[in-house]
Amino acid sequence: MPVISYRDAIRQAIDEEMDRDENVFLIGEEVGEYNGAYKVSKGLLDKYGSQRVIDSPITEEGFTGLGIGAALAGLRPIVEWMTFNFSLQAYDQVVNNAAKMRHMSGGQLKVPIVFRGPNGPAEFLSSQHSQALQSIYAHVPGLKIVAPATPYDAKGLMKAAIRDDNPVLVAEAELMYAWTGEVPEEEYIIPIGVADIKRQGADVTVVVHGKPLRMVEDAAKQLENDGVDVEIVDMRSIRPLDEQTIYSSVNKTNRCVVVDESWPFASVGSHVAWLVSKNCFDILDAPVELVSSEDVPLPYNHHLELAAQPSVEKIINAIKKVLYI
Amino acid sequence: MDIAKYDKSLLLKLLKDMLFIRRFEEVCGQMYGLKKIGGFCHLYIGQEAVAVGAIAALDLQKDYALTAYRDHGHALACGMSADAVMAELYGKVTGCSRGKGGSMHLFDADKHMFGGNGIVGAHLPVATGVAFKIRYRKEDGVVLCFFGDGAIHQGTFHESLNMAKIWNLPVIYICENNQYGMGTAYQRVSSVDDFSIMSSAYDIEGKQINGMDVLVVYDELKNAVDKARTDHLPRFFEIRTYRYKGHSMSDPAKYRTEEELSEYKKQDPILILKNRLLDAGLLSEDEYKEMDNECKTISKQSVAFAEQSEEPPIESLYEDIYV
Repeated sequence: MPVISYRDAIRQAIDEEMDRDENVFLIGEEVGEYNGAYKVSKGLLDKYGSQRVIDSPITEEGFTGLGIGAALAGLRPIVEWMTFNFSLQAYDQVVNNAAKMRHMSGGQLKVPIVFRGPNGPAEFLSSQHSQALQSIYAHVPGLKIVAPATPYDAKGLMKAAIRDDNPVLVAEAELMYAWTGEVPEEEYIIPIGVADIKRQGADVTVVVHGKPLRMVEDAAKQLENDGVDVEIVDMRSIRPLDEQTIYSSVNKTNRCVVVDESWPFASVGSHVAWLVSKNCFDILDAPVELVSSEDVPLPYNHHLELAAQPSVEKIINAIKKVLYI
Repeated sequence: MDIAKYDKSLLLKLLKDMLFIRRFEEVCGQMYGLKKIGGFCHLYIGQEAVAVGAIAALDLQKDYALTAYRDHGHALACGMSADAVMAELYGKVTGCSRGKGGSMHLFDADKHMFGGNGIVGAHLPVATGVAFKIRYRKEDGVVLCFFGDGAIHQGTFHESLNMAKIWNLPVIYICENNQYGMGTAYQRVSSVDDFSIMSSAYDIEGKQINGMDVLVVYDELKNAVDKARTDHLPRFFEIRTYRYKGHSMSDPAKYRTEEELSEYKKQDPILILKNRLLDAGLLSEDEYKEMDNECKTISKQSVAFAEQSEEPPIESLYEDIYV
């Protein structure tokens, strides 16, 4: 099976869907001639032309809203945000228009649109460019949101997102674009709303989504030396959330750690931790632990920014805590 | 104004559409007073010539209309039924939006009426996107995007005009300047008094026209729509109009004088057209009364329809959110 990068996996998904359906187009800052700020759209302008790969002005609210209008009228736009940080300029469009049009029209309209781009901290970018914003989007009914952490999942979920008739956000990450993994040549789709057990284990369940998956995998490997057998549930999809896979795993291990690079207050991680605490209460052998980012804006200094985020060490400590070791 | 150049049927349609909106809105006001309609309710009385004149220039098989929350007039002008609109105001399941939208969110996908949008200025990029679809598919439709004088200072106005110009999108932006953004006179919050110059920054033709005369609105928009069908270029109108009622039902409109209001009522859009038709012998007083009675009857019947309609079932709470 070919080994490709996360970046190429997303490009393949967009390329295949644009090839399959003429209604699919890509719009955003630098997606065309520049080939994408993170080179995700490399080559697509040459292949599909400027009618379908559209360089926008720096006008996030404008081109996000334009995409929503085009979707209402029957097209299937892919809106690239250079990063999720800049999507805050367009937050009103996503929350008040994309997520509400179907509802306010009593089911007459639909908004088949994908909003995608890197989310969460990279390195040395300080606070405005280093935010994990999935929680503020996950809060909104009417939206779907996925956070793939492997090239395989990225391609399969991106294709599902493009074919979905609802607004879907795809949270990628700068640091993940170069990650590599096996991606089959034959076509496949990963349904939105289905979690994946990335590692089978018997002693503790770690629930994670997006970039921190690698840290959890490292932590699990290190804990093998202590005889701890970690099960990793990769949510993959935040909304809708595959609660059943999480509960099944916790029912087996009786212990749960949730890892999320969001801030802890009212976050995806705190919500999942609450769900597990409530729905698995009778079988839990320890309180659910949450490993999140610290409740601070991200600083520029490298030691400080690393200290503010989840780490392998923090995850190991949390796992040991629920195991009382 | 020489009205000989118009078809009689068009003139009568314009008059009736305006009169119908007037009567319908009066009934809405009454039903709001009786607490049959709740929430924010923005009446269109005084502004009828704008929606009626502009939308009469459209072919809603291929054209589209989007507006803000003062949307009853546009909905009716697009041909939505009084029953579907009134039932929506009542929050009933027979309403156009199944009781999920209310006064501010009237939609009819088949008639290409895409709202009924509640956030000031937020539908301008959306309307621009509908025009993008027309261009993408090489169709010859046109989008009318109505908004108020309050919305013109939102960034979305400027972002939208820029995009429409660089991508040649057939969208006609219509600022219905009814003089007050809620309770604020537009002159107090605008760097210019003449909004029509604001599009020139984006190299888009802008024009200020009298929105109390439905024939002026119709002529200008017909011309603009016809041109946009072939040249696909965006256009901008500031249409000067006036609302007789407060911003919403809760507003006594104390920020303006009685004299100002009565001055505008003298140039009432319905009165102007009615007198022209009477003078030209195209309408008699009796025929006008008959038309008026019909408008009142349909409005009242819509109340009966709404009253008799069912509330949406509680199970519908989780419907109409995802496809």
